[in-house]
Amino acid sequence: MLTIAGRIFHSRLFGGTGKFSSPQVMKDALEASGCEMVTVALRRIDLKNPEDDIMSMLDRQRYLFLPNTSGARDANEAVRLAHLARASGGGNWLKLEVTPDPRTLLPDPVETLKAAEELVKDDFIVLPYINADPILALRLQDVGTAAIMPLGSPIGTNQGILTLPQIEIIIEQARVPVVVDAGLGAPSHVAQAMEIGADAVLVNTAIAVAGDPVKMARAFAQAVEAGRTAFESGLGKKSSRAEASSPQVGLEFLR
Amino acid sequence: MFQIPDFKELQRLVDGADEAEVRRALQSNHVGINGLAALLSPAAESLLPELAARSVEITAQRFGNTIQIYAPLYLSNFCVNRCAYCGFSAENKISRRMLTLEEAEQETMILHNREINHLLLVSGEAPARLGVDYLEELARRLRDRFASITIEVQPLETEEYRRLFEAGITGVAVYQETYDRRIYTDVHLAGKKCDFDYRLEVPAKVAAAGMREVGIGALLGLSDWRLEGFALGMHLAWLRRQYWQTALSVSFPRLRPAAGDFEPLVTVSERNLSQLLFALRIFDPDVGLVLSTREEARYRDGMIGLAPTRYSAGSCTAPGGYSQPELEGEQFSVGDLRTISQVCQDIKRRGCDPVRKDWDSTFQAA
Repeated sequence: MLTIAGRIFHSRLFGGTGKFSSPQVMKDALEASGCEMVTVALRRIDLKNPEDDIMSMLDRQRYLFLPNTSGARDANEAVRLAHLARASGGGNWLKLEVTPDPRTLLPDPVETLKAAEELVKDDFIVLPYINADPILALRLQDVGTAAIMPLGSPIGTNQGILTLPQIEIIIEQARVPVVVDAGLGAPSHVAQAMEIGADAVLVNTAIAVAGDPVKMARAFAQAVEAGRTAFESGLGKKSSRAEASSPQVGLEFLR
Repeated sequence: MFQIPDFKELQRLVDGADEAEVRRALQSNHVGINGLAALLSPAAESLLPELAARSVEITAQRFGNTIQIYAPLYLSNFCVNRCAYCGFSAENKISRRMLTLEEAEQETMILHNREINHLLLVSGEAPARLGVDYLEELARRLRDRFASITIEVQPLETEEYRRLFEAGITGVAVYQETYDRRIYTDVHLAGKKCDFDYRLEVPAKVAAAGMREVGIGALLGLSDWRLEGFALGMHLAWLRRQYWQTALSVSFPRLRPAAGDFEPLVTVSERNLSQLLFALRIFDPDVGLVLSTREEARYRDGMIGLAPTRYSAGSCTAPGGYSQPELEGEQFSVGDLRTISQVCQDIKRRGCDPVRKDWDSTFQAA
């Protein structure tokens, strides 16, 4: 079972709340996904308003609420948003996103590290969204983040895991759970992430804009299961040559 | 500094495109400036459904099934410029009014109660009456009540934009009106706005001041819409390279009936406007595309999910018009008369989520 900062998660699929055609479709898709952690952009919600269209649809008993700082241009903005969220009852958990380029929404490594350091000191449970940079991942773990969220490819692109070699290194070196986030466009992509040993994945766009988001959520959940089970069973090595199923090595010379 | 090639030069590129180039642009993930020319060309007209399909795909991917809702607040219709097409033009005999800060606040309360979170403050250009001090004070009074506050007023200098940013203004819209230098000179008859090059530099000043978003635009009905679209694309690409932290949006106001009875110099049909929207979406997947209440409800409903990302709703274009709907002195007559909640209902009916809040005042330090 997956544990992050002492909390147990039965599902290794995390969900998002953006881009859905309605709050109801979002709710149904999240339920179908079986996820237990849901990220919400702080810019998108009004925490002070109990009738907020997204928040009123999310059962906080069922889902751990993971506010994110998407849109923050630097560490100061991210830290300010985090404090506001916590003060308004948003809790301690935070998906740290510092995305100064509004076009690619790629994360700023320097500002992310700076913000993480400060937020960890302020007792936030920080899950930073980063480019798949193994050294940055280590530096963030050193300052005390609860997980690492490297991207597979730029957000919303459905390109799958283009950063595979770096993510493999991050997983190999990790002391905290690794959640592959962003760019996962098909169930096969998340299966791949799970097969190489990622602890979890976060999927939003591919579910939200699917023809049938509820069905797609189910498909992603199944792929996460399949990939994880494969990883736990021990996948065979890839080979460039054909190999016989029953090896015939001549060992007759042995005495 | 950004420079616009002569319209004749642009014309050659747009007119020269053939259907094969349009198809290539439709299949490309990185449509360059030549691809944009092809998408805007007459050769693309017969492929409008293909353009629409590509635009739908990109819009859903990048923005999801959502439309952001905003409302304008007209602060003043005093104007020192004489612009042939505008209802606020200095020589027009309309009733003039500028809201006091208190009146402006009252008007915003009406919008706030209608659950508007994204506010656009608009005024004519009369800096001696309505200047930076007024805007700064108003922004400070409003910043906690709205998720974002954008202005569409006279051009300011970088330092002034910086002051307003610190006061809580998040973005600035400043339209070139037309990128066709010759026509620009013809329709701008008096006032500072006559200076084409001065105006062309303003979006860069806004971005340099650190504003979150710059909105650029062209008024459709003055010059060839294909070339305006091409120039807008060039302007976008230039701004992206220079100011990578600034979000960009584009408006395409088609000329509406207004005081002064200006007749559009060219006709821009709904098909033309749609082609322009699709072409820019395909050229720049991340740009915000604004479709205001200048357009009729039927057209705006039809365009949901196809390219635009932002709709105004329940707009009144006369200062003080929200609290006194019978007031005169509007900038143009609105084409979509539905209320905000009606617009949102119709967006939902089309399978899209009308997003009331997609920013937060907390981003900017108070």
